[in-house]
Amino acid sequence: MAIREKLSGNEAVAVAMKQIEPDVVAAFPITPSTEVPQYFSQFVASGQVRTEFVAVESEHSAMSACIGSQAAGGRTMTATSANGMALMWEMLYIAASLRLPIVMALVNRALSAPINIHNDHSDSMGARDSGWIQLYSENNQEAYDNFVQAVRIGEHVDVLLPVMVCYDGFITSHAVENIEILENNKVKEFVGEYNPKYYLLDENRSISLGALDLPSVYFEHKRGQAQAMIDAKQVILDIAAEYEKLTGRRYGLFEEYKLNDAEVAVVVLNSTAGTTKAVVDKLRSRGIKAGLLKPRVFRPFPHREIREALSHVNGIAVLDKAEGFSSAGGPLFIEIKSALQGVSDMKIVNFIYGLGGRDIRVEHVEDVFMELKDRLAGDEGNMVNYLGLD
Amino acid sequence: MAYKFKETAKIPERISGGHRMCAGCGAPVTVRTVLRAIEPEHRAVISVATGCLEVSTCIYPYTSWEDSFIHSAFENAAATISGAESAYRVLKAKGKAGEETKFIAFGGDGGTYDIGLQSLSGAMERGHNMTYVCYDNEAYMNTGIQRSSSTPMYANTTTSPVGEVRAGKIQFKKDLTMIMAAHNIPYVAQSAPYRNMKDLYEKSKKAIYTDGPAFLNVISPCPRGWRYDTPKLMEIIGLAIDSCIWPLYEVENGKFRLTHRPNKKVPVREYLKMQGRFSHLLNGNYENHIDEIQAMVDERWERLLELCGEN
Repeated sequence: MAIREKLSGNEAVAVAMKQIEPDVVAAFPITPSTEVPQYFSQFVASGQVRTEFVAVESEHSAMSACIGSQAAGGRTMTATSANGMALMWEMLYIAASLRLPIVMALVNRALSAPINIHNDHSDSMGARDSGWIQLYSENNQEAYDNFVQAVRIGEHVDVLLPVMVCYDGFITSHAVENIEILENNKVKEFVGEYNPKYYLLDENRSISLGALDLPSVYFEHKRGQAQAMIDAKQVILDIAAEYEKLTGRRYGLFEEYKLNDAEVAVVVLNSTAGTTKAVVDKLRSRGIKAGLLKPRVFRPFPHREIREALSHVNGIAVLDKAEGFSSAGGPLFIEIKSALQGVSDMKIVNFIYGLGGRDIRVEHVEDVFMELKDRLAGDEGNMVNYLGLD
Repeated sequence: MAYKFKETAKIPERISGGHRMCAGCGAPVTVRTVLRAIEPEHRAVISVATGCLEVSTCIYPYTSWEDSFIHSAFENAAATISGAESAYRVLKAKGKAGEETKFIAFGGDGGTYDIGLQSLSGAMERGHNMTYVCYDNEAYMNTGIQRSSSTPMYANTTTSPVGEVRAGKIQFKKDLTMIMAAHNIPYVAQSAPYRNMKDLYEKSKKAIYTDGPAFLNVISPCPRGWRYDTPKLMEIIGLAIDSCIWPLYEVENGKFRLTHRPNKKVPVREYLKMQGRFSHLLNGNYENHIDEIQAMVDERWERLLELCGEN
């Protein structure tokens, strides 16, 4: 029987980490992810796990130690936020390119400057091209479930890529919710043993990792890496199906909420999707056919599936909690727009919102839907808009 | 057992020939000697910082390394190997790794004195069972001879060039060995691949078989950056030692010990004049600079003798 628990998002992820019991966790504290290594080091101190906790002196060394550990043959995890991940930047690419399935809890926080500890998605969006699989989580339950599944996804022989599980700083990381967790043995059984094919500590052969690639081979290696990201999509679905059998909770590439017959829809990641669901219900009670698409998997980006799910909608508002500074809209908007290229009779607008933890309320999302209705009625407006800006 | 070069030379190589390091480079000599100190029946995992050694010994699909090898980036050879060593400890406890395995990181002075200093300091403080070896060639040679904090005063490099108003690098060389000794780790040594390699071999043995973190700083001249004829490698190392520019000593559990005392202290001029990077000091305009270097070497040497109880 599943266990009901009252846990914060960070606690839920730390508990998942305990249940998975990786070989090594290397981490450096940064708000709002700090609690994850804190809780975990307590599990180590009290003998609940046999994991080596490496209290490194920086996030750069955290990811470097994760790389060394995973390459050595140990299942390895870390947690960070914002500037912490920015300091890892170089190593994020190297972890992915060395095909090491490290799992990271990325507690989304705004990047400096100005320094701000609150939530937005500038950190993970900046890392979207680093070669990591990105899973987004609306709430504590999803953070927990994504974290358990991440291990299997990354380690799958067709994938071998690192996975970051993203959830909103404070909103999700620190708020306590009732969630269902699995029994320890069920998690252990689900994730199984880590048996890499190539690893530094293999007693039967030595390996060399991280060679210099000249132009005659680098391109082929990158193409192989790109294929792993393409192939990850099916693996994510297969593992979600297996996880559903175990828990009854269904995961896919994205969640559709009342989208089937929707005329207007919002596309939004993480906790704001919860707010949007409430707005959708409210508008539906007023006869407005509103809907929501909440991407769970941002890398690989399921463009074909998203196109299918949205192609019947007349007006779409993509909400981005990251600026992107492209001058052509936020990162989620650009992806969605690209996925919907050529679909006729459709209005797509972008709203940048919530930067640096600016509160987003039900009324804000309601305004977005109303704006969409106006646009469909013929109002001309900007493609890129700012929501909740004073 | 007394050290016999002829005997240690029979130990199978752990880095194969055919790598692409320059003739007359000190680094591969250093690496060969360090790796020979691993007992042949023991395994090793080696991490190397980005630099000449890395780009010349592991060019896909070839590798010169008999042991498992990892290169991840420039500033993090220590952090990377610390992760591998952590995984080893837990896998061993779980019965998934059996054989005795040694963890060794190599970095140049760029990767060690400068960009990798934080990563090194962190790994040493955490107490990983590892040996970090700096092959110190006193500049960023891989990118084309730029100055580092290890570059000695008045050396000519491409970012501390000699000009009308500057005589090369105007800052003195950072004393990394002392910084590492101040970490109070079990074993720190300064060495050189010289003569019959006894000093480096024995220190490597101690470092690798010390329980806990160990650090070796090994002078490894670079013919491109130092501007010497490649056959002069050993002669230059000898002069670095005998001029007391590069003293050989070790710090074992906090106790300093001089491992070589020159019979006759050679003036630094003899060392400087063999190298093109100091040639501007010898044209008569910079005599006072040579005096300045001599004074600094003398002062550091006296301080070391005191620490070693040799006065």
